[in-house]
Amino acid sequence: MEKGFSPVGLRVLVVDDDPTWLKILEKMLKKCSYEVTTCGLAREALRLLRERKDGFDIVISDVNMPDMDGFKLLEHVGLELDLPVIMMSVDGETSRVMKGVQHGACDYLLKPIRMKELKIIWQHVLRKKLQEVRDIEGCCYDVGADWFTQAQFLGGGEDVSFGKKRKDFDFEKKLFQDESDQSSSSKKARVVWSYELHQKFVNAVNQIGCDHKAGPKKILDLMNIPWLTRENVASHLQKYRLYLSRLEKGKEIKCYSGGVKNMDSPPKDAEINSGHQSPGKSSSYAFLKATETDPKQLASASVSDPTSDVHMPPKAKKTRIGYDPPISSGVFDSRLPWNDVPDPLESKPPILYENNFLQQQPLPSQSSYVANSAPSLMQEEMKPSYVNADEFLMPQDKNSTVILQDMDLSAPFSSNATSNTESIPGSLNWELPEAHHSDSLDTDLDFSWFQGEHFFANTGLQNFQFQDYSSSTSLLSELPPHLWYGNDTLTSIP
Amino acid sequence: MDTLVAQLQRQFRDYTISLYHQGFLDDQFTELKKLQDECSPDFVAEVVSLFFEDCEKLIGNMARALDQTGNVDFSLVGSSVHQLKGSSSSVGAKRVKGLCVTFKECCDSQSFEGCVRCLQQVDIEYKSLKAKLQDLFNLEQQIVQAGGRIPQVDI
Repeated sequence: MEKGFSPVGLRVLVVDDDPTWLKILEKMLKKCSYEVTTCGLAREALRLLRERKDGFDIVISDVNMPDMDGFKLLEHVGLELDLPVIMMSVDGETSRVMKGVQHGACDYLLKPIRMKELKIIWQHVLRKKLQEVRDIEGCCYDVGADWFTQAQFLGGGEDVSFGKKRKDFDFEKKLFQDESDQSSSSKKARVVWSYELHQKFVNAVNQIGCDHKAGPKKILDLMNIPWLTRENVASHLQKYRLYLSRLEKGKEIKCYSGGVKNMDSPPKDAEINSGHQSPGKSSSYAFLKATETDPKQLASASVSDPTSDVHMPPKAKKTRIGYDPPISSGVFDSRLPWNDVPDPLESKPPILYENNFLQQQPLPSQSSYVANSAPSLMQEEMKPSYVNADEFLMPQDKNSTVILQDMDLSAPFSSNATSNTESIPGSLNWELPEAHHSDSLDTDLDFSWFQGEHFFANTGLQNFQFQDYSSSTSLLSELPPHLWYGNDTLTSIP
Repeated sequence: MDTLVAQLQRQFRDYTISLYHQGFLDDQFTELKKLQDECSPDFVAEVVSLFFEDCEKLIGNMARALDQTGNVDFSLVGSSVHQLKGSSSSVGAKRVKGLCVTFKECCDSQSFEGCVRCLQQVDIEYKSLKAKLQDLFNLEQQIVQAGGRIPQVDI
């Protein structure tokens, strides 16, 4: 079995009228440690998806199905549920592939499908989450941002989100390419809404009391950033409002709602726990859903977290980690046998925020939620929270797959719609820090993508044996180093 | 010393290799074998049975469609062929899959004779593969019964 990495417990819905493929895909996906549900009919799949609104992370569907065209299913899933969909077919004809792209598929796999292709499907989920986070953060890409802004910020209405997906393939790439090319940005100097800046913004908004009353001028005054203009604030406010309204619409926020009201609240385990064990929703492998908290509070909680700087108390940091890279936390965390993880504070160099706390953040799974900030003085306080993170990351009820040791051997396949998970201890080969050898890294791997990710630490990352996904058809292998904090330094406007 | 087990194992190995070399199976079959583990020790056999059931069903559909003399719905035949192609790709039934390509072309060009011929060939081919795989599984069983391990055959 190839060594590889894939987030345990990713909830996959496979739709295929071919019973042979259904069985094979189920087996393959289980081998990837995903949580698999199979479905032989498109209508049945839609029903399942609608019933369990939040029950799945990704859908894989065949293009040809008797009761409904696969592309139609794709449209429905995209419009109603905003889930990433991967199409499959034995037919690789370009026109079909293009049709898939146009209808918003994240990927198009040719049958026979290989394990390595399935092992990387989590990247599509990740990418989608990052997109959402980008929306929420309101980070400005002035570059080609018009379509992006409209598509992303118009509250996720049907037409728009479909439109967004339609452009996913090409535009996203272009967007990233352009982003690194500053010359294509608008004429005015870019304001990069870093965490810190955004935090100030949110504080100002909260201070004013109600964002409906808060006008850009007032906010600007409160923020007291000399080089910031009213226009900057106004446009950011607009995005922030849209984000909030999306929240109120009940859109899922894939983050920990740690219930942090403000920066200064002391760490409270109860708060964290309530945030994490969101009632009523299944805890997916990585994404813990928001509870019915006041959206505004939630907004400030989830949004303020990422803007934590070195002065924030440990708890806020921890929540921040939960919010910021929800993917990574779930993704990496779950695969580690918790008991075996050495004390991260000893094994990892302290991760210090230098100019910008967005840099080098250790992998949460390596150092749990501890090292998500940590100037060294914080590390002592972090220790206990590591233990706590430990505890509430152990899924109590739903996903036994999240923890290696607790995985059950599944019964042989019985029904058509199964959601068993299978333990494959042998194939989950985590390399713990001590075991790391730099030359064990897959040389084909484009690490720059991860290294640019601010919530991944280089040190932590290297400990995992990544699969060679550079040869995959996934577009994610082409994402540039800096994903959404293109430019971390605050630009000054004289 | 050529024990029964060793003999059987050798037979098994040779037979497997011949199936690949003669184009009955391709590397998808190898992938299937890799998926088999302690949790699903009969995985390959189960999948293969599903495939053959599917073959029967699809070939039946095609035959019925082609039987509508004077009123053959070639797109219907074509869609069944497409399904068969997908299905055969799942188990590595190389020859069957190859035939599907030709079959599809006959459907597209609406050639009745071509389709009938393809149908006959597909029928022969899948039955032939079924028999061969049955032999292979029997060999496996014999090895196990004789107390040996089923050798891993690298193609």
